[in-house]
Amino acid sequence: MAKGNDILKDRKEFICYKSQKEEGSIKCEKDSVAGSVSQRACVYCGARVVLNPITDAFHIVHGPIGCAAYTWDIRGSLSSGSEIYRNSFSTDLREHDVVFGGEKKLTGAIDEIVDKYKPKLIFVYATCIVGVIGDDIDAVCKMAEKKYGIRVIPVKSSGFAGNKSMGYRAAGKALLKLMGDDLPEKEKGINFLGDFNLAGEMWIITGYLRSIGINVIAKITGDSTYKEILEAPKASFNIVQCAGSMTSLAKEMEKKYNIPFVKVSFFGFEDTCTSILTIAQRYGDKEMIKRAEKLINSEKAKYGLKISALRERLKGKKAAIYVGGGFKAISLIKQFNDLGIKSVVVGTQTGRKDEYEVLKSISDEGTVILDDTNPAELEKFIKEKEADLLVGGVKERPLAYKLGLAFCDHNHERKHPLCGFEGALNFAKELDLTVNSPVWEFVKSS
Amino acid sequence: MLDYTPKEYVNRKGLVINPAKTCQPVGAMYAALGIHKCLPHSHGSQGCCAYHRKFLTRNFRDPVMSSTSSFTEGSSVFGGGSNLKTSIKNVFTIYDPDVIAVHTTCLSETIGDDVPTYVMQAKVPEGKIVIHANTPSYKGSHITGFLNMVKGMVNYLAQNTEKPNGKINVIPGFVNPSDMREIKRILKEMGAEFIMFPDTSGVLDTPVTGKYEMYPKGGAKVEDIKDSGNSLATVSLGRFASSDGAFELEKKCKVPPKVLKTPIGIKATDEFLMEVSNVTGKDIPEEIEEERGQVIDVMVDCHYHYHGKKVAISGDPDIVIGLTEFAISMGMIPKYVLTGTPEKAFEKEIEEMLEEAGVEGKVKSGGDLFTLHQWMKEEPVDIMLGTTHSKYIARAEDVPFVRIGFPILDRSVHSYMPIVGYKGAMRIIELISNALLDRQDRDALDEDLELIM
Repeated sequence: MAKGNDILKDRKEFICYKSQKEEGSIKCEKDSVAGSVSQRACVYCGARVVLNPITDAFHIVHGPIGCAAYTWDIRGSLSSGSEIYRNSFSTDLREHDVVFGGEKKLTGAIDEIVDKYKPKLIFVYATCIVGVIGDDIDAVCKMAEKKYGIRVIPVKSSGFAGNKSMGYRAAGKALLKLMGDDLPEKEKGINFLGDFNLAGEMWIITGYLRSIGINVIAKITGDSTYKEILEAPKASFNIVQCAGSMTSLAKEMEKKYNIPFVKVSFFGFEDTCTSILTIAQRYGDKEMIKRAEKLINSEKAKYGLKISALRERLKGKKAAIYVGGGFKAISLIKQFNDLGIKSVVVGTQTGRKDEYEVLKSISDEGTVILDDTNPAELEKFIKEKEADLLVGGVKERPLAYKLGLAFCDHNHERKHPLCGFEGALNFAKELDLTVNSPVWEFVKSS
Repeated sequence: MLDYTPKEYVNRKGLVINPAKTCQPVGAMYAALGIHKCLPHSHGSQGCCAYHRKFLTRNFRDPVMSSTSSFTEGSSVFGGGSNLKTSIKNVFTIYDPDVIAVHTTCLSETIGDDVPTYVMQAKVPEGKIVIHANTPSYKGSHITGFLNMVKGMVNYLAQNTEKPNGKINVIPGFVNPSDMREIKRILKEMGAEFIMFPDTSGVLDTPVTGKYEMYPKGGAKVEDIKDSGNSLATVSLGRFASSDGAFELEKKCKVPPKVLKTPIGIKATDEFLMEVSNVTGKDIPEEIEEERGQVIDVMVDCHYHYHGKKVAISGDPDIVIGLTEFAISMGMIPKYVLTGTPEKAFEKEIEEMLEEAGVEGKVKSGGDLFTLHQWMKEEPVDIMLGTTHSKYIARAEDVPFVRIGFPILDRSVHSYMPIVGYKGAMRIIELISNALLDRQDRDALDEDLELIM
């Protein structure tokens, strides 16, 4: 455990308490302090999680084996077609390649994939050492495109170049490259950016949209395909959910293809209703808005009572939140409010300044807000604030359990869709399953 | 459809598909967690550290702590020296471990960081220790990383002070905390005085107390690792993960090494116990002989479940060697034996075993699961033993599957149940037998369903 209540001096500015009196703001969007037990990942990680859900793409990780091994089929995004993206392809660079360069091996790897699978699209990820050893992956990819007449897109994702957000931007660049430079004729329809179809979430939302008459052109990137991404420039506007990973791409698409975007969120009743109505108003006529309202009412009727019943079992509990992006933290606070749960600790890995402002404004007095925290800090504030449950990712789960805290994975390992109306019910069910489990009685008595 | 493996064997030069290994640093991190009050430190980009912690967390379902040098563009150009020195200062200030165990990554190796010098130059508070191991990700595998970190422990810590301690050193290899715990139990039963390192029992299999301990009770004590230079002998279990530590102890402290197999199955456990008995002069107690007798009793009871069954075995080299030897002694036919770790010596050792048993099997080191799958498409087997990632193959080929080795990501409790020693042998028999019988039950027609099997 960390010494007493010490917070590393350099970390102080990354933490704040919500207070009416104080106007101070949190420091964020900085690199982790060297020597911290940071929960953060790297550029490659960010790029990979964004591009991986494209189901018929081949993802070749150019580097030593680790980066491929750690990302093999871990994202949990589902496919309605190809499953090839769930395999792991790597050049497995060895010492010889580090000395003499890995371009030949990469070329060979592409040749072998083309030979075996006749792919349409290959992503080549450059990991940490690729830049250092001087491999020109742009040239290798270009040559392969020429030779085979397929798309081979380099993804510049050397881990040291920054954190996950940088990786999101690298992925965005790769997608733009794929979409091409032509301005196609517009088609009435939208692209959905920033849902990765974890546990089938993309299908729920596109289901809502199609049922009120909205044409979804490209899903970016959950359950998407090569062909679908190519269609994206035709859309009349983009809706953007995971703002952290997708805002930069949305802005670029606006510049390049004249596609404006609106931010949406489908987590929780409130956000889902607002988002559906916003999209309908922007897209259609009075009839469409009517259909949207009808959908909302019927879904609310279908799930509302069930959620209310669970609310009775959850209200009064206190939650700690530690998630990747600011957008999700904001959604979670709202959902917890709906369920009568107080958010007492809120942190993100890569939240932006504007998101932290929103977080602060919707938090209760005394709530602790953290940027890029570490286990010692998390533990300190969880205890200080007497939280009953933690929402986080892989590394936070055992920490919560050791503290005798309930846990809900709102990351890659979620087992049920948590978005939309039925997702709101699933979320409440999952919380109930963990918070009200009899197991915590054993923990208290031990 | 999840199955994209063609039957026709294709030679591959540039491409690894569905790896059966991962990189050195994660093995080094795991080894370092086996020192009491040690914080592993990853000298590279922050993503490495995050991935390794996730990987270990998913397997052990316990918190895994490690700090990172958080490389930036600047450090990759100018070197990571200042990052490492700042890290060492920060880690001791806030996390207060007794030991920091630094391992390198592909990046810090490629840019040529001189870690030993940085460590020497770092300001280390009195009574605290920093050790390091070079673990370039582009050499060997996670097993090599474990090997190198254990060697680093000996390098930095072990001393021959010419005060013989009458103890036996045991290096347990890359096995679960449960296995390390079981090896210690056996040694205690024998009345042997021992030093075991690394030791992740009590670190990655801790009980829930409602309190989070960044440094749990377990782990090898630094003073014990220091004292290992005064021991009678070192027994290293599993040559690929453990031998270098023993050799280093010989070189540095003149402690004679003995490299044995990971004690999986009767024969390898016998050899381990005999060696302990030889070194310490202790007899094998009745309780342990009873355990041995019980395993053989179980093997007699269910030999007809698995005798003659063809098995595919994959995973880390030391575990796979142990499993192959045991499978042969159970009368099974190891048709395919594969490890991802690139070590030709592995192939030789398995080939000799197969030849002696008169089994024609395919053997590969530095292989991937795509190759294993292709073999299985050519000619199927009756059962697979392997890590979680083999489940795609087991499903595609509809073969009974026993999860064993590292990592297991889709089941729990494995890190609490040993596979070594006689108790471990009994568990392996139960797993294999049950998998085969479950399949028989599943496939049986109504009229063929048997109550007594």
